[in-house]
Amino acid sequence: MLKGSNNAAGRWIPEEINEKAVVPFKGVGNHIPAGQKASPPVFSCDNYPRDGNKVVQDLHEALKLAGLQDGMTVSTHHHFRDGDKVANVLFDTIAEMGIKNIRWYPSASFPCHAPIIKHLESGTVHHIEGSMNGPLGEFCSRGKMKGQGVLRSHGGRYRAVQDGEVHVDVAVIAAPTSDPFGNANGLTGKSACGLLGFALADSQYADKVIVVTDNLISFPCIPWQIHGNYVDYVVTMDEIGDPAKIVSGTTQITRSPARLLIAEYTARFIKEAGIMKDRFSFQAGAGGTALAFVTYLKKFMKEANVKARFVRGGSTKYLVELLEEGLTDYILDGQTFDLNGVRSMRENPHHVNTSPFTSYNYHSKGNFASIVDAVVLGATEIDVNFNANVVTHSDGMLLHGIGGWQDCLFSKCTILAVPSFRDRIPVIVDRVTTLCGPGDLIDVVVTEKGIAVNPRRNDLLDAVKYSNLPLQPIEEIKREVENVCGGKPAPPKVDKDHVVAAIQWVDGTMIDVVYKVL
Amino acid sequence: MEKIAEAGKKETASDCWVHLEIKDSGGITIDLKSKVESLYGESIRNKAAEMLKFFKIKNAALRIEDSGSLPFVLTARIEATVKKCFPQKKEEFLAPIPQKNLYRAERERFRRSRLYVPGDQPRLIINAGLYNPDGIILDLEDAVAPSVKESARYIVRNALREVDFLGGERMVRINQLPMGITDLDFVVPHGVHTVLIPKCENADTVKEVDVHIQVLRTQHKIKDNVYLMPIIESSLGVINAYGIATASPSTVALTIGLEDFTADIGAERTLEGRESFLARNQVVLAARAAGIQPIDSVFSDVSDEEGLKESICEAKSLGFEGKGCIHPSQIRIVHEGFAPSMSEINRAKKIILALEEAKKKGSGVVALGSKMIDPPVVKRAERILKLAFVNNQIPANWKEKENVEGK
Repeated sequence: MLKGSNNAAGRWIPEEINEKAVVPFKGVGNHIPAGQKASPPVFSCDNYPRDGNKVVQDLHEALKLAGLQDGMTVSTHHHFRDGDKVANVLFDTIAEMGIKNIRWYPSASFPCHAPIIKHLESGTVHHIEGSMNGPLGEFCSRGKMKGQGVLRSHGGRYRAVQDGEVHVDVAVIAAPTSDPFGNANGLTGKSACGLLGFALADSQYADKVIVVTDNLISFPCIPWQIHGNYVDYVVTMDEIGDPAKIVSGTTQITRSPARLLIAEYTARFIKEAGIMKDRFSFQAGAGGTALAFVTYLKKFMKEANVKARFVRGGSTKYLVELLEEGLTDYILDGQTFDLNGVRSMRENPHHVNTSPFTSYNYHSKGNFASIVDAVVLGATEIDVNFNANVVTHSDGMLLHGIGGWQDCLFSKCTILAVPSFRDRIPVIVDRVTTLCGPGDLIDVVVTEKGIAVNPRRNDLLDAVKYSNLPLQPIEEIKREVENVCGGKPAPPKVDKDHVVAAIQWVDGTMIDVVYKVL
Repeated sequence: MEKIAEAGKKETASDCWVHLEIKDSGGITIDLKSKVESLYGESIRNKAAEMLKFFKIKNAALRIEDSGSLPFVLTARIEATVKKCFPQKKEEFLAPIPQKNLYRAERERFRRSRLYVPGDQPRLIINAGLYNPDGIILDLEDAVAPSVKESARYIVRNALREVDFLGGERMVRINQLPMGITDLDFVVPHGVHTVLIPKCENADTVKEVDVHIQVLRTQHKIKDNVYLMPIIESSLGVINAYGIATASPSTVALTIGLEDFTADIGAERTLEGRESFLARNQVVLAARAAGIQPIDSVFSDVSDEEGLKESICEAKSLGFEGKGCIHPSQIRIVHEGFAPSMSEINRAKKIILALEEAKKKGSGVVALGSKMIDPPVVKRAERILKLAFVNNQIPANWKEKENVEGK
């Protein structure tokens, strides 16, 4: 039997993850760490080329010079999403060098990283601490990874670097444009992805930083989203990503009638609850439902002659249109999802790049996630206590990352916009398979069957009392879903003695674990 | 005695593929591959075993590849394979009809929008009621390929019983006769409100359908009327429109299908619709003369919102009361298009108040200013106000408010 205890959310947490003691979740805002932040070693410019040219022959050379050894931590970033080509080459190279037991610390991994499974099997990579989307998540769920996965939000990942929970030995930053000094940005070049915010902490705190680019330009690379002053080596590669998969040409609005209705209900809720007023702010993702939501809200904003002060990206053409039509003063952007977003960020000073430091950072004197008036997010499951899951499916399989989802829950009005069931899989359930976000922070659940407001938010309930929105208790939606799907689903078949991954809350405590799927 | 049948579709969301092989010995084997295996695998296996037992099948190999089909789809697919193997088996595997699906449809109800949904595509059926169309048409005719006509009947039958259409009129478009007569066996006993008869060319077609419906109603002791809505889709149908409209007392509406009509007269269907102007007028006249609702064709370009709006405007001006929809996004536009204007509403209010005034005085003559008001005008005024109420344009107690304001 594993040793552990129940955390404040009633989830069982083992004493150790990867043989390190963990702190169980204590409730929102109840864990206040103290002490000093981590600090990188003292560097001296005398140890670097006077001519500023840090270009070395290849990745192999750079890793050798960086002193990579068994058991070290190597980080990468997901600015290229499913179009990344650097991480695969990186681990092929590390395998060739005969180095073992690397802890991989990506900001997220995607299906394009499936080739790294062979390096997990051979022992080159010991385990992954970062979001695992698709095949790597499934590999982890099957209990095949040597160590245990640790999932953190974007803000949580930044926090872990800052407070020293995770020390990055070598950071490898894929950069669409760089100069020989290591100044880099994501705005230009054939692999342009907009910005490089997820790599910021790593550039500042890692012992060694390698920039990999397929567009090396003369000094200076302006703007320098990544400062060359943090960079040790620059490496060129023919192709660091697949442009078609880095950003799409245009992001697509959903065509599903159910999802369109969910998007419309969400926009109407924001309007009728009085959140949509001059100088308000909101954030929505780039999924089909979120995009449809933006188009509905835009229509309402125009009708009411209301302008936003700022909207939060992931930006898409739909947010860019808001900016260009004067319906918002700013886009504060965490990542760009289509070419319109990249263009706008390059050309428009009111389209501002942000990082987890500015938006989501827990170890900071405030972060602006909590200033945002409304945020619209998704989930794989939501329970009758408004707890939500974003990482596992109802069969227990770990297939998604947390992203900025947990960080965004601190918005003044957090709305989860989801279908009440997908095919035959209920989304509104008695108890979520994996707890990622506590119900204390989730205010509204919008489904095609109706809108449930968290009873904790009397103010919101009052605000929409006289509207003709289809308000419903969440239990009622759950009952209807069970009717349609033919009863309650069976619980996932998992091995409770085999924890394959841990889910951290933004403050570094453990909110839940993921078990091996049988 | 070996028999093999299959039904449904592989790798299609919300559907399943079922393959049944009847054997001489060896008992029952059920081989299930399901997207929802860990959640509902056991429930699916149990349901399949229960069904085979119900149909008294003792030796068979049943294979199911399930992509998240809801129970009504799964059971429809399994039953379709059973009936293909044993066409003589008359028993039906039916789930009870939930209380909330037992609502009735009134003869005079609004039929502004009717959403066509292919009878063999469960994914589209499940949420068909979400946008609150006045009617949902489960289509067994043109939207269903000939090879799956039979298995579509089980989907439509089960959907009529089990799917919550949120108050929408449950309509089915049957196939052309004689196939359409067999379709009736799958819909009449299962809560259909209205049957659409395609390619209607004369009164006899309507009568034949009606006779079979009455037989089924008696057989299954169905109290509620099953309404009819003939669709005219040819030149001959247009010529015989009045006969078609009056062929049965169950007929509540008459509509026209322009795609086939224009082909029949050798013209191209245009946005302006000059080629069908007379025909559409004829349908309106025949329907009005018969005292039933004239309903316009569908507007087939889903992406052309402006075109749809114009088309509704024109339909309304010709006297039509509704329009067919092929996508949920058209429903709201249709409802808005058929909503009465403020001047129509105000005039209707005045007429009704004048009528009440006349009643109070015991006068048989209703007058508005110097104009006499005839009963058809009163009836129309009542309908306009009912529609205005449905559209949230006026409150239920508008009269009290008018009186207060009047004083």
